[in-house]
Amino acid sequence: MNDHHGHAPTHHVTPLPVYFAIFFALMILTGITVWISRVDLGVMNFPVAMAVAIVKATLVILFFMHLIHSTRLTWVVVLGSFLWLGVLFVLIFSDYLTRAWVMY
Amino acid sequence: MSERQGVEMQNAECKMQKEILHSASPDVAGPFLHFAFCICFSAAGAEMTAIEPTHEDHHAPHPFLQHHFEDLGQQHEASTLGMWMFLATEILFFGGVLCAYFVYRGMYHDAWKAGSHHQNWMIGTGNTAVLIGSSLTMALAVWAAQLGRRKLTVIMLTLTLILGSVFLGVKMYEYSEHIHEGLFPGKHFTFVEHNNPALTPGVQLYMTFYFALTGLHALHMVIGAGLLIWMIWRAWAGHFGPEYYGPVEVMGLYWHFVDIVWIFLFPLLYLV
Amino acid sequence: MTPSTLHDVRFIEPEKTRNYLNEDYGVFSWLLTKDHKRIGILYLLSVTLLFFVGGFFAFMLRLELLTPEGDLLTSDTYNKFFTLHGIVMIFFFLIPAIPAALGNFILPLMLGAKDLAFPKINLLSWYIYMTGAIFGIYVIVTGGVDTGWTFYTPFSTQYSNTHVFATTLGAFITGFSSILTGLNFIVTIHRMRAPGLTWFRLPLFVWSMYATSLVMLLATPVLAITLFLLMLERTLGVGIFDPALGGDPVLYQHLFWFYSHPAVYIMILPAMAVISECVAAFTRKKIFGYKFVAFASLAIAFLGFLVWAHHMFVAGISVYSAMIFSFLTMLVAVPSAIKVFNWTATMYRASVSWQTPMLYVMGFIGLFTIGGVTGLFLGAMGVDVHVHDSYFVVAHFHYIMVGGTVMGYLAGIHYWWPKITGRMYPEWWARLSALLIFVGFNLTFFPQFLVGYVGMPRRYHAYAPEFQVLNVLSTAGATVLAAGYILPMFYLFWSLWYGRKAGSNPWGAVGLEWATSSPPPKENFHVTPVVTWDAYDYPAFLKAMRETQNV
Repeated sequence: MNDHHGHAPTHHVTPLPVYFAIFFALMILTGITVWISRVDLGVMNFPVAMAVAIVKATLVILFFMHLIHSTRLTWVVVLGSFLWLGVLFVLIFSDYLTRAWVMY
Repeated sequence: MSERQGVEMQNAECKMQKEILHSASPDVAGPFLHFAFCICFSAAGAEMTAIEPTHEDHHAPHPFLQHHFEDLGQQHEASTLGMWMFLATEILFFGGVLCAYFVYRGMYHDAWKAGSHHQNWMIGTGNTAVLIGSSLTMALAVWAAQLGRRKLTVIMLTLTLILGSVFLGVKMYEYSEHIHEGLFPGKHFTFVEHNNPALTPGVQLYMTFYFALTGLHALHMVIGAGLLIWMIWRAWAGHFGPEYYGPVEVMGLYWHFVDIVWIFLFPLLYLV
Repeated sequence: MTPSTLHDVRFIEPEKTRNYLNEDYGVFSWLLTKDHKRIGILYLLSVTLLFFVGGFFAFMLRLELLTPEGDLLTSDTYNKFFTLHGIVMIFFFLIPAIPAALGNFILPLMLGAKDLAFPKINLLSWYIYMTGAIFGIYVIVTGGVDTGWTFYTPFSTQYSNTHVFATTLGAFITGFSSILTGLNFIVTIHRMRAPGLTWFRLPLFVWSMYATSLVMLLATPVLAITLFLLMLERTLGVGIFDPALGGDPVLYQHLFWFYSHPAVYIMILPAMAVISECVAAFTRKKIFGYKFVAFASLAIAFLGFLVWAHHMFVAGISVYSAMIFSFLTMLVAVPSAIKVFNWTATMYRASVSWQTPMLYVMGFIGLFTIGGVTGLFLGAMGVDVHVHDSYFVVAHFHYIMVGGTVMGYLAGIHYWWPKITGRMYPEWWARLSALLIFVGFNLTFFPQFLVGYVGMPRRYHAYAPEFQVLNVLSTAGATVLAAGYILPMFYLFWSLWYGRKAGSNPWGAVGLEWATSSPPPKENFHVTPVVTWDAYDYPAFLKAMRETQNV
């Protein structure tokens, strides 16, 4: 079986201040997202908004979902699923972004 | 004799048989034979000693330990891994429709901007805050369950449910506004973009994705709310404690994931 | 009464002990069971039923193609029949066949586990499958669907007036059953292995099932969302994939094939899993290059995700993108070839015993190689443009799906039949049926390579007269093939009552599933086994057997 075999679950209990700190960080980042959308950054608006969203998602996954204290396997599952999503996006856009290129 | 003692006895028998075999012909007792003996003698042994474990037994199984798991640790690991795997499929599920969203956003960028102006960004921001708040209470519910604080678990789960319901209520209000303006795609789409009528088909496509994405998200919320009610009942009944809180943890994983989906939907739909 | 070998763990007499079949009786003990073995049987029965439904449509298609004129079926009926043939065979037979039926039964036994990690979810997945299948049957009974199994838009959303919605809903629902099966398998393999059963001691069946489950888990949700968008478009009349309303039909094809190409690996990887087991058991050898075969499964699962657009070379995708996909397609051949070479290398200089499962294995290796190599032709852009949508394509994927998956499925059924039922099938009849299937299969599909290469398009009920000779051969082959498939239905049922008692290990095979009684007890093993040996350790096993005989 696995290394955990034969034990009752002994899991990390995250201290409360961490939860509250993450909550406030998420609220502030939400504010930043809204603020950014009101400012004209040209082509950069979209990447910045996505970057903020990715940071927020990472915070939720790491702390609210306890990934930071999880097994390596859980890390593999999380990173793997985003990798697969990346495959979908990259290969589909390899078509859409190069369709207009002329070959002859 | 308890079941555990019985099993220990069988193991001892296996060892003994292995030794006997070794002494008879040293090379014979390959692992297979050892295994064969284990199977045979334990089969016989199991029948003789298969007595229901009594409650005096210190190793009496936890009431929520399912029969096919060795212990609670294994059960906990299996259920959380199962939920993470399920969330992996959910990432691809939402990822597929987001991919389509991005393709059309690239094709009809102006229409997307025009469409997003029909969203009230202030309501959206408020709803985002509500949902993040519900994620906090969910995390606190898991925390309380881990420490075996029954009442706090129930309160936090109930707060999560309330915040989730507020989110859904606001969403319903937004939907009714859109439908009222004729923005529901399909036959009932009566809206015309007055500044630039050429954008109208693109706006309809945007609204299609708006309803598809938020609708799927809301469906996940509704399922989550149903699961929350079940969890509240179980927490109330005192099922959870430091040894066994897997269901709350798994519930939390699901709820936070639904929150993450919204974290992406908010800028993609409201703040183009 | 000392058992001399593992082969002889027989004094757990099947009829004297309780097993999963006589544990309890009655319809509800089956319909509400959480035992993976019973759920495996439920799947076995349902996929077999749907196999014959799909087979009926196939046979009607072949009958129609006996003559160049469209005289037996009208063009509309023909469209519906090939659509239903595809849908039933792919969604309701090929995808669940080996994993959900045989895998369900065998996987926990191979791991030394009492059950899958989530027994209730396992039962739920069967009910979900049946719900999807009922939608399929409903469509068949009420008039069919004519879009082709791929549901290409905008025909499926705007023009077809057949039961597109019910069919796609059925496929959508069935998808969740394979997601749940995959999830269950992965968690079980990670968390439920017997003590001592490390990753590199796992049988290759488990590795392949693991790879299959990954594909099920990560590809199926994309099909679900795609079919969801399709249903939305059809009911609301919006234009997600309709060019008239601003949508892009090629996007539908991208999303559809993101699932449906990996789905091919959902079909073939489990067959490879069975083949690995049979090759080792009937050559009495370790699989040559165990680790290579194991990692080849994972490589196929991963690379399988990177090649989907080779179905779309003529659909109007970017030429640059097509070049990338064409190149990546060539890469999939590498792990597949590794497997074929390693099986062959295992058989080299071995004393192979030619029992029925091994006959199917030989069939698989040959036919899969032909199917795979013609797949490379099609993956090369230039050739694909020439033979796209011709019978060459039809022949190619039938060599993979029928020559590969169905051969593997039958090999597996015969190989594990004694474990599942406790009885041996009649060897002579089984060999006859294997022979009929091999001959019938080649007679059916080899002519289709030829007729496709000279230009006969797929999906028409009438064709030019010069193609008739090859088509008649193909239909004749289909008749032989049908006989080959029906025969096992009789002798396998016969064997349930009259077959020789199998004993726990009739093949003398190594593997945990053979180390418990046949049929296995409800909890699989009387005591959790402790594994101290590698997979397929036949040398040690045979040595031990020889020496005990000398003593």
